[in-house]
Amino acid sequence: MASISLKKLNKTFGALTVVHDIDLEIADKEFIILVGPSGCGKSTTLRMIAGLEEISGGELIIGNDLMNDVPSKDRDIAMVFQNYALYPHMTVYKNMAFGLQLRKASREIIDAKVQEAAKILDITHLLNRKPKALSGGQRQRVALGRAMVRNPAVFLLDEPLSNLDAKLRGTMRAEITKLHKRLDATFIYVTHDQVEAMTMADRIVVMKDGHIQQVDTPQNLYDRPVNMFVAGFIGAPQMNLLPATIRREDGRFLAVVDGQVLPLPQSFDQSRIAPYEGRPVMLGIRPENFHELAPGDIDPANTGAFNAVVELAEPMGSEIHLNLIAGERSLIARVSPRFRPRIGDAVTLTADMTNAQLFDPTTERSILY
Amino acid sequence: MTTLSPAMSDRQPATTVRRKVRVVSRRRRRIENALIAYSFIAPNFLGFAVFTLGPILFAFALAFMHWDGSNPIEFAGLDNFWRLFEDRAFIDAFWNTIIYTAVSVPLTLACALGLAILLNQKIFGRDFFRTAMFFPYVASLVAVAVVWNMVFNPEMGPVNMLLYTIGIPPEDLPGWAADRHWAMVTVILFGIWKSMGYYMVIYLAGLQGINSELYEAAGLDGANAWQKFIHVTLPQLAPTTFFVTVMLTIQSFKVFDQVYMITQGGPGTSTLVLVYHIYNEAFISWDLGYSSMIALVLFLLVLVVTVVQFRRQRED
Repeated sequence: MASISLKKLNKTFGALTVVHDIDLEIADKEFIILVGPSGCGKSTTLRMIAGLEEISGGELIIGNDLMNDVPSKDRDIAMVFQNYALYPHMTVYKNMAFGLQLRKASREIIDAKVQEAAKILDITHLLNRKPKALSGGQRQRVALGRAMVRNPAVFLLDEPLSNLDAKLRGTMRAEITKLHKRLDATFIYVTHDQVEAMTMADRIVVMKDGHIQQVDTPQNLYDRPVNMFVAGFIGAPQMNLLPATIRREDGRFLAVVDGQVLPLPQSFDQSRIAPYEGRPVMLGIRPENFHELAPGDIDPANTGAFNAVVELAEPMGSEIHLNLIAGERSLIARVSPRFRPRIGDAVTLTADMTNAQLFDPTTERSILY
Repeated sequence: MTTLSPAMSDRQPATTVRRKVRVVSRRRRRIENALIAYSFIAPNFLGFAVFTLGPILFAFALAFMHWDGSNPIEFAGLDNFWRLFEDRAFIDAFWNTIIYTAVSVPLTLACALGLAILLNQKIFGRDFFRTAMFFPYVASLVAVAVVWNMVFNPEMGPVNMLLYTIGIPPEDLPGWAADRHWAMVTVILFGIWKSMGYYMVIYLAGLQGINSELYEAAGLDGANAWQKFIHVTLPQLAPTTFFVTVMLTIQSFKVFDQVYMITQGGPGTSTLVLVYHIYNEAFISWDLGYSSMIALVLFLLVLVVTVVQFRRQRED
């Protein structure tokens, strides 16, 4: 049983507060990812859970026990470091066995556990090598193995994939997800890479400046961001945020962007939009919700169309990312590769408003959620 | 070769010829580069040859000669070598040097490492203590030795006063430099105190090069402070320790100045060491041939020990 709760947890260095009163409940066996830009406090939070940083205030509870002053080794946790932190003078086997040796496990048990972990991670053939004779990906596996042999209730992973190349990162992402299923332990994982967060997590904690912005499942974060930061951080390319004004016509709310009228769907909570009638808002539209109209096509939903000029086209194979200029605004649209727009071409886009977001421009909070 | 007649280009394709031209110029360029490099090394190498290499070779040859510095040099064959075995002072000096090295190297190493670990912590006055520990190394040996002689004065030095106040009877107080049995201890203590600050600095650099994540990982693995020291600090410092050991060993074999300042090799031959004996034979007795033979023995001793150390390091 390794549920974890952070209660008003904070961390200060002198006068500087890097983590502000964080509240977070992590369920047993959950895969939770802390994500945010550099300096957002995600690593510090993880290190406080690990016992590598002193907790300045608040409570850390693992299972049912207050852990604030419990040394790392007694917290039933294991950690995988960004730079792996393998002992350079020990072989892979000894690196993995070290923790068990210190805990005075018998030689048979140590051997069985190391061999088992090595088998799962496919590093049996590397057991007699020293870390410097391993590639980055192999070191990563050894670091995971070292964490695994102790059967900890909680795994802490601090940007474990950031030193790997893109292809290996993809493979290791899948492997770590499988490992989580197999080990049946709680995983807390820190990354700045929103793709890792989206693909691996049960729930994502988005952090900024030492504050939690939102905690939710990846899909909910994507579909229902609570503020402009989360909306911009999750999703690549970023969500387009356009200044708009809310109007009401025939009982229906409309968002007006640079004179372009975009009707808001009836599915939106009308009572939340009503207070903003006649006021400026930020309208959020994800790049994939723009659709290019071929010349002569009629706007099917009759939502009105954007006229824009192609500034840059980035072919991704399965799709094309168009950087567009519409009036004075820059937009990014993800369109089908069957369109072959060239730089400088004028294109017409329609916006699918069912997944649009509305934010209050002063508080930056979502109007809809 | 640069212009080709049509006939020549018929027999030999133009590309081959051009390649040959390029090869020649490349070789010339390589020679030019080497000459430039040598010309940079030359001033330093000339100094080395005149002031270091020459004297070394001369001393090597002198070991097989008789020479008092003024009369003509005479060939001595192995006379100087056989004399070593009959020279009681040499045998004492040889063993004293071995004892000095065997005791002072590990103790200096341990003190330097201990100090480095202490002064690597965030303690109050850290920079002051680092400077204080390094100071004996750079201080004037003469001044330091005078102070040392006063501090360890058997009659009225503060060390013996302290020992007396904690209850050691006057007849059991050590005579330090004046006592046959304590003189070597005094010289060794002085040597450790004088050089540990320097090696502490080297160890500090080594300690600061250790990745702090290793300590964090060891802590999570369940290591206490002592286990972290044994399993992280010591192995990570192995290259530093090797360097310090080699340097200390060579330095200890060559010990001279502190013996000269504190005991002049005495009482008797109790602190006579090889270099002091070389000095005596060369500049007191003016037997330059025999003193060169002792120097040769010292050289071989240092060489063998250093080679053994390097071998063992490579095996590790």
